[in-house]
Amino acid sequence: MQLSSQEQLRYSRHLLLDKIGEAGQLKLKKSHVVIVGCGGLGCPAALYLAASGVGELTLIDADNIELSNLQRQILYKTNHLKRSKVQTAANQLQALNPEIKLNTIENTVENADFSALINTADIVLDCTDNAASRYFINRACWQQQVALVSGAAIRGEGQLMVFNFSEQSSPCYQCVYPDLSEENLNCSNAGVVSPVLGIIGSMQALEAIKLLVDKKSSQQNKLLCFDAWQMSFHQFNLIADEHCKICGKNE
Amino acid sequence: MKITVNGQAIELTQAQPLLKVVEDFGALAPFALAVNGQFVPKSQHQAFVLNEGDMIDILSPVQGG
Ligand SMILES: [Zn+2]
Repeated sequence: MQLSSQEQLRYSRHLLLDKIGEAGQLKLKKSHVVIVGCGGLGCPAALYLAASGVGELTLIDADNIELSNLQRQILYKTNHLKRSKVQTAANQLQALNPEIKLNTIENTVENADFSALINTADIVLDCTDNAASRYFINRACWQQQVALVSGAAIRGEGQLMVFNFSEQSSPCYQCVYPDLSEENLNCSNAGVVSPVLGIIGSMQALEAIKLLVDKKSSQQNKLLCFDAWQMSFHQFNLIADEHCKICGKNE
Repeated sequence: MKITVNGQAIELTQAQPLLKVVEDFGALAPFALAVNGQFVPKSQHQAFVLNEGDMIDILSPVQGG
């Protein structure tokens, strides 16, 4: 596989980088990233991965675009109201970068034949807004040993975790948050300051690129907590819980 | 014994399990815990022994997107 002269130009600012270069750009071109959730996090993450030249993106979301989404879901315009999120997102992303392949699944992740889908994927981005989907995605990624980049945001807070399941010792999402209930807060009922989603979603795209180019990331096995009002980042080292009901060695 | 919880100084008169300290502090489940920047898995919350100067962080889950 080679880069065409058009691709050489399009990706020239990546090609200039020691850490990406032509070899790294070709890795991006050969990669398939699955983005679950095309809301506040999924929009910026998808925009950056499409612009960066990730060769294949699969978008999963069952929702249509509503007026209250436009405060933060930056792929969508006012004339897109009531349309499917994944179809609209795919159109926008294809216009941004005609060199890449876009797949859409207009359904919930639980009804997307997800395990079969990620079997051939390199990375999954969890950009969802509820605990049930997060647990479902985590279990599937752990079983298939597909790297998971998990982002979340609410009010003025964001969190980022990278699970590189190809490494035996990796913790999983369930190790960190084993007892989330369905009634927890999300952006719809608790609010969120718009650019926090851009910060966390962009970091998910960045971590995906690092994993694709380098097979590892400085952020794996870490929980990064962002406070928008303080403009502070705090980082914690994660370890697996040997009693975790998904990945635990003693369960 | 002096420790901190979410940056706030706390004086413990006797050694106590990590879980009791954070519950007395007012933490409501669900939460994750870290001591000195290292995540402590839930199965160890009860047995974890604190030392002088330990810095505990109570981390609330964020799940919006
Ligand atoms: Zn686990």
